[in-house]
Amino acid sequence: MSTIIYVPSDSAAISIGADQVAALIAQEAIKRSLDVTIIRNGTRGALWLETLVEVVTPQGRIAYGPVQPEDVSSLYESDFLLGGAHPLALGATDEIAWFAGQDRVTYKRVGIIDPLSLQDYESHGGLVGLRKAITQSGSEIVAEVTASGLRGRGGAGFPAGIKWKTVLDTQADQKYVCCNADEGDSGTFADRILIEADPFTLIEGMTIAAVAVGATEGFVYLRSEYPTAITRLRDAIEIAKSAGVLGSSVLGSAHAFNLEVRVGAGSYVCGEETAMLESLEGKRGVVRSKPPLPAIAGLFGKPTIINNVITLASVPAILADGAAAYAARGTGRSLGTQVFQLAGNIARGGIIETAFGITLETLVKTFGGGTLSGKPLRAIQIGGPLGAYFNSSQLNVSMDYESLAAAGGMLGHGGVVLFDDNVDLAQQAKFAMEFCALESCGKCTPCRLGSTRGAETIEKIISGVDVPANKLLLLDLCEVMTDGSLCAMGGLTPLPVKSAMNNFPEDFTGGAKK
Amino acid sequence: MSYLSWSIEEATRVLTPLKNVQGPVLIALQAIQERFGYVHDDAVALIAETFNVSRADVHGVLTYYHDLRTTPSPDRCIQICVAEACQSVGSRDLVAAVEKKLGKKIDQTYSDVEIKSAYCFGNCALGPAAMVDGQLIGRASVEKVTA
Ligand SMILES: Cc1cc2nc3c(=O)[nH]c(=O)nc-3n(C[C@H](O)[C@H](O)[C@H](O)COP(=O)(O)O)c2cc1C
Ligand code: SF4
Ligand code: FES
Repeated sequence: MSTIIYVPSDSAAISIGADQVAALIAQEAIKRSLDVTIIRNGTRGALWLETLVEVVTPQGRIAYGPVQPEDVSSLYESDFLLGGAHPLALGATDEIAWFAGQDRVTYKRVGIIDPLSLQDYESHGGLVGLRKAITQSGSEIVAEVTASGLRGRGGAGFPAGIKWKTVLDTQADQKYVCCNADEGDSGTFADRILIEADPFTLIEGMTIAAVAVGATEGFVYLRSEYPTAITRLRDAIEIAKSAGVLGSSVLGSAHAFNLEVRVGAGSYVCGEETAMLESLEGKRGVVRSKPPLPAIAGLFGKPTIINNVITLASVPAILADGAAAYAARGTGRSLGTQVFQLAGNIARGGIIETAFGITLETLVKTFGGGTLSGKPLRAIQIGGPLGAYFNSSQLNVSMDYESLAAAGGMLGHGGVVLFDDNVDLAQQAKFAMEFCALESCGKCTPCRLGSTRGAETIEKIISGVDVPANKLLLLDLCEVMTDGSLCAMGGLTPLPVKSAMNNFPEDFTGGAKK
Repeated sequence: MSYLSWSIEEATRVLTPLKNVQGPVLIALQAIQERFGYVHDDAVALIAETFNVSRADVHGVLTYYHDLRTTPSPDRCIQICVAEACQSVGSRDLVAAVEKKLGKKIDQTYSDVEIKSAYCFGNCALGPAAMVDGQLIGRASVEKVTA
């Protein structure tokens, strides 16, 4: 009988040798006349354990990791096909504390299944939500999503159900569902991993959205920096079409839904939803003024649902298991689970899906294991380039929308980036301004010019020129940007800058650290 | 990556299947770049004509997006992520070391090898991240990216 071995085909795993590991496992098997079947799953999210090799044994999936190409022959010598002892043996994958401490809902199939096997998908609970949706009315589906408390995971945290209801209630000859897979935030990769590991979940979520509001066309706006995800999703869409999940009759129902991937072109601001619409229309990615809301006049002027990958990918589970099960998780108005991403200078980086309300400390210490370098943890940026920098005395903050806002930050897309004591927060603040200058769509002056002025001013502070006066000037600039910007690019760039100044005042005293 | 050298005939062939696309300009520019490695001057007029839009519109899109380039692609392209998560594990030093080793400046145009800044490949837990000719590299080092 053939032994099944899982070796991730995730692009992060491949970036550190997963393809070589897979090839060597296959070669060695032939050499040793052993019968193995290698399945290229997605990553299970423990990027620190990649390449994580799993062997299917009578005792379940047994993990080995992190496996380097040079470890493969010793794995065979240790009888890893039978779950044999080896320095890299980790025991049953599900029992590894890092996984056991999570609550995988949106990510429940990620890393478990073969990403492009619809059969695998269905045998792990896939399509249950969509099958239910096609028997329901649009308002029933929308009510379920609303009751779940699901809020947008792309950054703004707007309730998904309310957005969907607006699209449902707007009459039009054409409606669209657009998935925002631009994932431009540094320190985030939840969208990428979901698409690479379990693309049918996104397809199912988008199809449920389409069925709910009566949309027949959908687009996924996927960034060009994610070539593997682009190919994987396109392949999955073809498979879903042939299987009748997508197309003129969704699972045999009267609903039609066609889905297409559009590739971004290296613009961060195109992750802003109206800039994304402009880009999908083939234009410069300049932010639109609101109103009109995209839900009323979005893509090509038609009512459009725009949601993040994780928002949409959470919907199948909500429909399958019921809104109450989802809303039972979390805290306050932050219901359900959040797919956190631990990144940067971190010992155990990767995906942590858990109910809202976990503390930052549990995330970065218990799960993350502190810094990779082993040096003291000094700063944590939460929520991407527009998110705040926290210092190491602020670790007791609860990770939910409201608590983070109260602590002067924001959740954003759930990225948590660690820095050790090498970091210079004045440099980080300057980078935030430079990034804004580089990515500004140019529509508003405070964002376009203020960011350049901001970077110059911080440079002066770093060089010790008129430090007190320049700090005041910088704060003024921040205020103008916050108040005078049309979108969060200019509006939130002051967040990393001011939090760096507030939480690390010692880095803004002039006199460069290094 | 291998590209064809610019020709109007080939460009026309690239654009033909896009005739029915709604809002085709960006897709057209991306398709041209995918085939030729860059967007030749003459492509602007061709796209304008093919899709019945103004040259100014095509030019506006071409100059807006960081991915699109108007000079031929180099033989080799090393993109290094310089965003925050990669900064925290030394991407600034990596850039300096690669610049030094290759004797080139980041974000300048060369015909043989270019070093370009990138802002996140979604490999932020295994940084610094780089992409060399489309191949993602984790825990990047000078040796790995110039190998
Ligand atoms: C500069 C900027 C960049 C953004 N980038 C993204 C992104 O990459 N992905 C995303 O889903 N939302 C991004 N957003 C948020 C979107 O505008 C929008 O709120 C979101 O796509 C809506 O989906 P959601 O409600 O499911 O979160 C960005 C916003 C701004 C201002
Ligand atoms: S804030 Fe910046 S990115 Fe946003 S609309 Fe204004 S100029 Fe464009
Ligand atoms: S920040 Fe470098 S890969 Fe994400």
